[in-house]
Amino acid sequence: MPKDGGIGAATPRREDIRFLTGNGHYTDDINLRGQAYVHFLRSDVAHGRLNKVDTSAAEGMPGVIRIFTGADFEGIGGLPCGWQVTDRFGEVMQEPGHPVLARGKVRHVGDPIAAVVAETYAQARDAAEAIVLDIEELPAVVDMKKALEDGAPKVHDDLKSNLCYDWGFVEENKAAVNEAFETAAHVTSLELINNRLIANPMEPRVAVGDFNRSTGDHTLYTTSQNPHVIRLLMGAFVLGIPEHKLRVVAPDVGGGFGSKIFHYAEEAFCTFAAKALNRPVKWTCSRSEAFMTDAHGRDHVTKIELALDADNNFTAIRTDTHANMGAYLSTFAPSVPTWLHGTLMAGNYRTPLIYVNVKAVFTNTVPVDAYRGAGRPEATYQLERVIDKAARELGVDPIALRRQNFITEFPYATPVAVEYDTGDYHATMDKLEEIADFKGFEARRTASEAKGKLRGLGINCYIEACGIAPSNLVGQLGARAGLYESATVRVNATGGLVVMTGSHSHGQGHETSFAQVVAEMIGIDANMIEIVHGDTANTPMGMGTYGSRSIAVGGSAMVRATEKIINKAKKIAAHLMEASDADIELKDGKFSVAGTDKSVAWGDVTLAAYVPHNYPLADLEPGLEETAFYDPSNFTYPSGAYACEVEVDPETGKVTIERFSAADDFGNIINPMIVSGQVHGGIGQGIGQALLEACVYDENGQLQTGSYMDYAMPRADDVPFYQVDHSSQTPCTHNPLGVKGCGEAGAIGSPPAVVNAVIDALQRSGRTITHIDMPLSPSRVWQAMQG
Amino acid sequence: MPEVKMTVNGKPASGQIEGRTLLVEFLRETLGLTGTHVGCDTSQCGACVVHVDGKAVKSCTMFAAEAEGAEITTIEAMAEPDGTLHPIQQAFQDHHGLQCGFCTPGMVMSAAALLAENSTPTETEVRDYLEGNICRCTGYHNIVKAILAASGQDVSRIAAE
Repeated sequence: MPKDGGIGAATPRREDIRFLTGNGHYTDDINLRGQAYVHFLRSDVAHGRLNKVDTSAAEGMPGVIRIFTGADFEGIGGLPCGWQVTDRFGEVMQEPGHPVLARGKVRHVGDPIAAVVAETYAQARDAAEAIVLDIEELPAVVDMKKALEDGAPKVHDDLKSNLCYDWGFVEENKAAVNEAFETAAHVTSLELINNRLIANPMEPRVAVGDFNRSTGDHTLYTTSQNPHVIRLLMGAFVLGIPEHKLRVVAPDVGGGFGSKIFHYAEEAFCTFAAKALNRPVKWTCSRSEAFMTDAHGRDHVTKIELALDADNNFTAIRTDTHANMGAYLSTFAPSVPTWLHGTLMAGNYRTPLIYVNVKAVFTNTVPVDAYRGAGRPEATYQLERVIDKAARELGVDPIALRRQNFITEFPYATPVAVEYDTGDYHATMDKLEEIADFKGFEARRTASEAKGKLRGLGINCYIEACGIAPSNLVGQLGARAGLYESATVRVNATGGLVVMTGSHSHGQGHETSFAQVVAEMIGIDANMIEIVHGDTANTPMGMGTYGSRSIAVGGSAMVRATEKIINKAKKIAAHLMEASDADIELKDGKFSVAGTDKSVAWGDVTLAAYVPHNYPLADLEPGLEETAFYDPSNFTYPSGAYACEVEVDPETGKVTIERFSAADDFGNIINPMIVSGQVHGGIGQGIGQALLEACVYDENGQLQTGSYMDYAMPRADDVPFYQVDHSSQTPCTHNPLGVKGCGEAGAIGSPPAVVNAVIDALQRSGRTITHIDMPLSPSRVWQAMQG
Repeated sequence: MPEVKMTVNGKPASGQIEGRTLLVEFLRETLGLTGTHVGCDTSQCGACVVHVDGKAVKSCTMFAAEAEGAEITTIEAMAEPDGTLHPIQQAFQDHHGLQCGFCTPGMVMSAAALLAENSTPTETEVRDYLEGNICRCTGYHNIVKAILAASGQDVSRIAAE
């Protein structure tokens, strides 16, 4: 291993220094000479006909440069959707238009109506207040089931209904699944809500558009997890700018959790306005604005049924889900309740027959899209809740019931179209039993009881599909993009390397962990390697960071490019040592001829590549720079087992998390410190979903939770220290690093553990409560306890 | 527009402001000290915490005019001039107490204020003190651990990594 850390080392993060000293470079830190500021006037009604936008009074206000409305975007494309789902009848989904600025109607609170560009933010905000709107308010649809009733108000007048699609999976299995339920020895059913959440990265979104009239070059600085995707979507589908005239830069990104994957109207506006006004245009989202414009997450209403035979083997699963799309289709929204959800319904278990029905519904709410886990938390939550309920109904141990039904042989083809390559679910459960100290639970429960508290233990398993994704497969499933990743490795003459990757960190520490991989492969100091990302001008076309894909897909591309470098370097080394290519070995940054004491250093070879005086020019180009694109052959399948212990205060219904343990299998690990950090963060968000967070609309479509005063973010005193372990490792079989991805596991695996623990606490105290919907706030738990 | 004068990170600082200019806007936009961040508009997230006359203050909650004559310390002044990290900053790196880095300046400034008041806080005291600082990345585990470590307490028994 290189002395400062190769693969497997808990190397401290190099990016920390700038973040800790106030020298991070986030999009809002960018200020261009002569920039103007935009403030968006947004709809304060959920649904309305936009009769008139009168900007006349506002136009004369101090500092106002120009006010744009929907009319200024006539003939310009709307925001595109990147995934087309085909329904169970073979029809493609209903796909509404999504204008940059509202035209004709407003469809959710926060829908942008006008954009005021002024010399200062304050002037833009002041002028926006002088715009007079004539909006005829229409009845709003908020509840998904009501939105599907005959005669319900339509979000989009040009669509047949508010049904985006009615998806069945696997449709051919439906009859057999129904038959299995008729012959089952036991059926457990559960209706539940996967609560609507708001991602809330701490950095609000920002966009700065710039245009150079003398060259025709556009630049957009934006808070994005995937600048190349924004360049392609915005350039090709919205503004008609070819990629070579559009540069998208996402510098340091302050968290994303999915919400910064998508292409948003404000990015297109700033790019468009910079050209129209011939000066840079900047928008900084306020947190209040973020609540009503960042894509929301989850929001599923589900009925799940589990069929078991007389020996408690799972025989079939049937689910019926309504999934909220919001008012428009966000970039990847249609894929979340379908291919990222239905394909995970087998979980860790041998269930031969599964049928998933999902009705995606338009409502007068903010668009809903991927949020950390995206579809997989929804699948895991319903499955692990219904299994827990079944165990109680059958009077069997919930761990034993799970173990009995574990998949144990790999590869395993599920009845929901995916093939798990590796896993060992007993191993992670064994590890969990150890780290969670199940043996000590009874003593802890007794101690809680002595304090007047109810203690409960909840466990669950999870599996997820990461490393999205094989392009040919997702293409068949409706993706309008490939999902490969890329890397260019540029070796400099004196031996240092720059790796330019299409992945992009928004907090995951790529600059450290990616460098560890290349350092290990070549055997040089990681400090000789620089990772460059986030700028379309100096990175190869890549799809970015989401779906726990960066090390599995982006890392694999980097490995392939580095392999090409090593192959070429070996040829140069062979020439320098007058040996055969096949005899050259690379170890610890030194090339040697097998079986001899001849060697040349890494730096000798890199110098020869750029100063090719003694060089095989007839056979080999000078220079040392290679690019690779990596398209995975399968998803990766991290898995794990989680345990939560709670105390419930019977007087108030308040739940406190006393212990939380996570045993994960992520395959091989590059940096265990970073991996643990990812799990901690995911658990924190999962506890937030389970106990605290809820995005609430009233029946008129008004957002009731529009700030941190109303939306309960987890604070430090809401969570305990977590016990995490990732020593159970079954490496991925189809990528070169054997890695699976760890970014979303914590958020997927933790909510059911928390809820199962609360139900356990309540049932141990003699109550018959079988379910409470998240978040398990004191009022909800208290009310449930009142019967 | 009125002028405001204060001392920021040991140096005199002044500028023209509007009455509504917030201290954080003055720091970021007038002085270019972009290490102090804005994460919300309701004074809850704590990304903008600075020290005003030695006390932790959310700089989005104070008008620049109110800081007339005050001594302000921001994240930019926490490390030594030669780049050596402040012990709290070093502990955050050692214990992976940050991920995206956006809440980090506020966390470090709050932690410094805590340790100035209470040199060896308990875990509960650290968690309570951070009630006004939101982090979305770390689940707080390593932040709390880093602050306990920065106070000189043994954190080796807290769950690894």
